[in-house]
Amino acid sequence: MAKRIVQLQHVHKKFGTHTVLEDVSFNLDQGEIVGLIGPSGAGKSTIIKVTLGMEKADGGQITVFGEQMPQRQLLKKIGYMAQNDALYDSLTAYENLEFFAQMKGVSAKEIPAQIDHAAKIVDLKNQIKQRVGSYSGGMRRRLSLAIALLGNPPLIVLDEPTVGIDPALRRQIWHELSRLRDDGHAILVTTHVMDEAELTDRVALLLDGKLIANDKPKILEKQYQVANIEEVFLKAEGDLA
Amino acid sequence: MRIWAITKRVLKQLLRDKRTLALMFIAPLVVLALMSYIFSVNMTSNVTIGTVGVSQTLQKDLNKVQHVKVKAYSSKQKAQTALKNEQVDSTLEKRHNNFYATYANTDSSKTKLAKTALQTVLKQEKMNGLIQQFKQVQQKLPATAAQQQPKTKQTTPKIHNDYRYGNGNSTFFAKLMPILMGFFVFFFVFLISGMALLSERTSGTLERLLVTPVRRSDIIYGYMLSYGLIAVIQTLLIVIFTVTVLNVQVLGSLWLVLLITILLALVALSLGIFTSTFAKSEFQMIQFIPIIVIPQIFFSGIIPLESMANWAQWLADVLPMKYAADALTAVIMKDATFTQIAGDLLALLIFIIVLTAGNIWGLRRYRKV
Repeated sequence: MAKRIVQLQHVHKKFGTHTVLEDVSFNLDQGEIVGLIGPSGAGKSTIIKVTLGMEKADGGQITVFGEQMPQRQLLKKIGYMAQNDALYDSLTAYENLEFFAQMKGVSAKEIPAQIDHAAKIVDLKNQIKQRVGSYSGGMRRRLSLAIALLGNPPLIVLDEPTVGIDPALRRQIWHELSRLRDDGHAILVTTHVMDEAELTDRVALLLDGKLIANDKPKILEKQYQVANIEEVFLKAEGDLA
Repeated sequence: MRIWAITKRVLKQLLRDKRTLALMFIAPLVVLALMSYIFSVNMTSNVTIGTVGVSQTLQKDLNKVQHVKVKAYSSKQKAQTALKNEQVDSTLEKRHNNFYATYANTDSSKTKLAKTALQTVLKQEKMNGLIQQFKQVQQKLPATAAQQQPKTKQTTPKIHNDYRYGNGNSTFFAKLMPILMGFFVFFFVFLISGMALLSERTSGTLERLLVTPVRRSDIIYGYMLSYGLIAVIQTLLIVIFTVTVLNVQVLGSLWLVLLITILLALVALSLGIFTSTFAKSEFQMIQFIPIIVIPQIFFSGIIPLESMANWAQWLADVLPMKYAADALTAVIMKDATFTQIAGDLLALLIFIIVLTAGNIWGLRRYRKV
């Protein structure tokens, strides 16, 4: 059996009086891509935040690599890409990668090779000496992904990685994610694009802070008796209303 | 070393931002040069007094006073009209052995000058009267008594002026200079560091930074180190410029001046970072200037603090500029030593420690460990 990377058990989270997560239990194993889908405000980002230890859960247990979160040192083994690109515009792509590699604690000797590797994956090798300020939206997104891949982290968390990326590149990125999965990485992805959800190994459907479905796309489609994940999503939302 | 990597990155960003660099290094010099010029302009004002029914001798005496001119008017009405038309700055009327003065009072320095002139002249008149009486009494005295009088020396003693700081031409700018030096460092470091961290918040890089195993304190220390370095360069530029170009004299040690300004820059930096926590945009950061920056200059000692009410002095006590201005003035104008300004330095250090601790704690908003 594959190694368990992330385990959320009966997690509750409130912001003020507003309940964001209600009794969410959810796992992520080595060598799988799990898609987190749900309308905005459903709690996708909050799941990511408690997983990373940015936020503390009010109840339940969160373990990552078998250790209780939040824990600073564990972040070394996690690659994270946020919804916004979060890059330093006045620095070159190389300097951005170098800086975040240093922050991740990649040793100075390994940094050039790591940068080379990450830049190759996102196809930015030729533009690596350019300032990020001159990058197009798609290039920024790719650089942001490259930063998440630095240090070859066993757990990769991507918040809407393909927003604003053209179809060809989106396919390329998903291809790369599948390859990383096959290498044994655990990948957690949130997405709005339903046909992307089909590409995942498992879909976790989140509505109003509750996890209402969590299975392989094909099984969910069968269960809801629909043709694709988009309809699963709509039907689940309809059932709840 | 993560702190050093952050320092290097912040410095790299700053060096590539030419406009901000100009703001930090050139703007203070331009403003200081302008201020120095403005305060060196001859500020002596001339006063014209319109007199009505004032004796010839008194008019003559008034005319003799420096920067004072007298114009005689035949009636009160005429004098008043002249005052209204700004032909004279004040009027003086003698009625029943009393003087009645009216001042335009649009320029308080002119009013002051006219008042002093009047008082001096009236005193002189009184003295002249006394001397006359004394001479008359002397003449009536028997000759023997007159001979017993010791001969008084007629020469008036000469005054030799010596200035401990500056020279006879020192203007208000000299007093302002040490305070302004500190203020510029404070203002620019506060604004730019606050903005820098704010843009890290809004662009999401701060969040991304905190999803690495970096310590929260490493981020704050990295910022302090980089802006500390910038402040050293800024202070050196300001000091060299004021000493060599503006000819401002520094009595005490330049090293102490540097030490004070670096501490002040670190206060400004941590205050800027602290303030940026409460701002959601660059515009909101600007809104803090009137609340946080402007009072610093009011209570920095430009207007002597001792003459202020208790509440104002207490307010000054919690403003870091007060301590820095106090120490800078002491070193630059009075050649104070390290021990003499140790109290001020300690106060600045306490500001730094408290604000830094607050900043490190404040980053918990983004990451709980």
